[in-house]
Amino acid sequence: MERLMRRGAEADIYLGEWFGKEAILKIRKPKPYRQKELDMEIRKRRTLHEASFLVEARKAGVLTPLVYFIDPKNAEIVMQYIKGMRLREMIFDQRANVDELCSEVGRSIAKLHGSSIIHGDLTTSNFLVVDNSTLIFIDFGLAFFSQRLEDMAVDLHLMKEVLTSAHSEVADRAFSLILKGYESIAGANRVKDLTRKMGEIERRGRYARVE
Amino acid sequence: MIERLYNIDQISLLLQGKLNKEVTCFGIESTAHTFSCSVVSSSDVTHGNILSDFGSVFSPPPGSGIHPREASRHHIEVAPKVVKRSLVQARMNMKEVDAIAFSAGPGLGPCLRVGATIARSLSLYHDKPLIPVNHATGHIELAMMLTGAKEPIVLLVSGGHTLITAFSLGRWRIFGETLDLTVGQLIDQFGREIGFSSPSGQRIEELAKKSSKYIPLPYTVKGNDVSFSGILTSAKKLFHEGKDLESLCFSIQEIAFAMLAEVTERALAFTEKREVLLAGGVAANRRLQEMLGEVGMRHGANLFVVPKEYSGDCGAQIAWTGLLAHLAGVSVDAEKSFVRQSWRLDQVDVKWRD
Repeated sequence: MERLMRRGAEADIYLGEWFGKEAILKIRKPKPYRQKELDMEIRKRRTLHEASFLVEARKAGVLTPLVYFIDPKNAEIVMQYIKGMRLREMIFDQRANVDELCSEVGRSIAKLHGSSIIHGDLTTSNFLVVDNSTLIFIDFGLAFFSQRLEDMAVDLHLMKEVLTSAHSEVADRAFSLILKGYESIAGANRVKDLTRKMGEIERRGRYARVE
Repeated sequence: MIERLYNIDQISLLLQGKLNKEVTCFGIESTAHTFSCSVVSSSDVTHGNILSDFGSVFSPPPGSGIHPREASRHHIEVAPKVVKRSLVQARMNMKEVDAIAFSAGPGLGPCLRVGATIARSLSLYHDKPLIPVNHATGHIELAMMLTGAKEPIVLLVSGGHTLITAFSLGRWRIFGETLDLTVGQLIDQFGREIGFSSPSGQRIEELAKKSSKYIPLPYTVKGNDVSFSGILTSAKKLFHEGKDLESLCFSIQEIAFAMLAEVTERALAFTEKREVLLAGGVAANRRLQEMLGEVGMRHGANLFVVPKEYSGDCGAQIAWTGLLAHLAGVSVDAEKSFVRQSWRLDQVDVKWRD
């Protein structure tokens, strides 16, 4: 039977079996504090998005778990179980190869953006690392297609926000490595445009310095 | 270089009432519509150490917002009375307080300058240390003191702020925030459109209670960030198309608060903290409290809510934080005590926390 592995913000993650293989069951349980109609819509939409973008991301050259089964009505996805460590913990533990992994994160984000995929929730707990080296992207519930510079810049802005809040001591270094990795795929001009746009987004925020 | 008056251990002893000295701080809040003064003493951390808290709120005519010049004029007019009343209420005179704190930002320039000018004069005349306090830090510190929260994820929601933060390595780190309007602005600007005077949170909450009809409005969560501008635009449009006001108020609250609950839940799951603290003016909203209570329960975290009388802008938030800062040796020379209209919470060096 399934065993609760993790209770995330959005979904409960169970470890179980799917036709003899170890599998993850991800259920977006109803949130009683939300209006029923809104809750249904959010859970269904995110389940569908997640399933389709797990596939789209792989087409773009970014590793993701295989999707075995989806049930949009109950907001359930069954997918491949991948035994790995979250990048979040690897940074906390100050693992030696974190630098290389950050560059790989940057390269992967650039590949996604190159295929017009916006992840929408780039945090260090959404990157799984297998065997200390292979990077897997998960949690595509907030993903969408877009070719707008603005959406890509917001994606990176969120990444930066997570680093400065949760990994303050390594944030600057990690983010610059991510940008370098991004640049190796997308080119220097693209990164320049993105950095400028990120500056605009930050200045739009509350009490941002007007310089 | 100013030496620390006390180290962190001594500060915590002091806060537990175990250090044999009472320290008092006079605080002035004047970031926006409120001019308020307070005296806080550190003999213990119970509610009782707010010796006084007295203020006056500028209220703009219905349908319009806070004009900075008009608000600052109001502050100048009420200042002498407010300063005096807060001292009388505390049964103290200015000579007896140990430090003078003022809200140095973020906020409206003309309003901030009123409070800063008064604080500088008092500090120079009475020869007391002058302590600049960040307004957002003030909301959080006072809420922590009053509720007893120790290591919370904080949701700060007011007219000036909408952010989720937790303390780490000397600073309040922002996990998520609004990309445009604050939730207070959303509510007040909608209120203004329908002819209410700001702040209109209470009246909107009352209207919302009369309906349970849900009208879809844009739900915008980007990672840990939220955006409220779409809700405001749609709600205004629907109002002018004749949708009933009660259902609109109900739906604005339901959607905006569900967004806040979601991003709080995300930060909570990410940090694995055991406490959620709700602070700022909008914390007084019962529906928001209810939603966050459910979020906390799901993750085994306790919800702390700042008491209603101290949820809005008040002198006590400045006096209390000023006191903590004073004990940690923070002060500024009057000549250098500029106000900072854009002083973000994550730029404040918090010297009084480990």
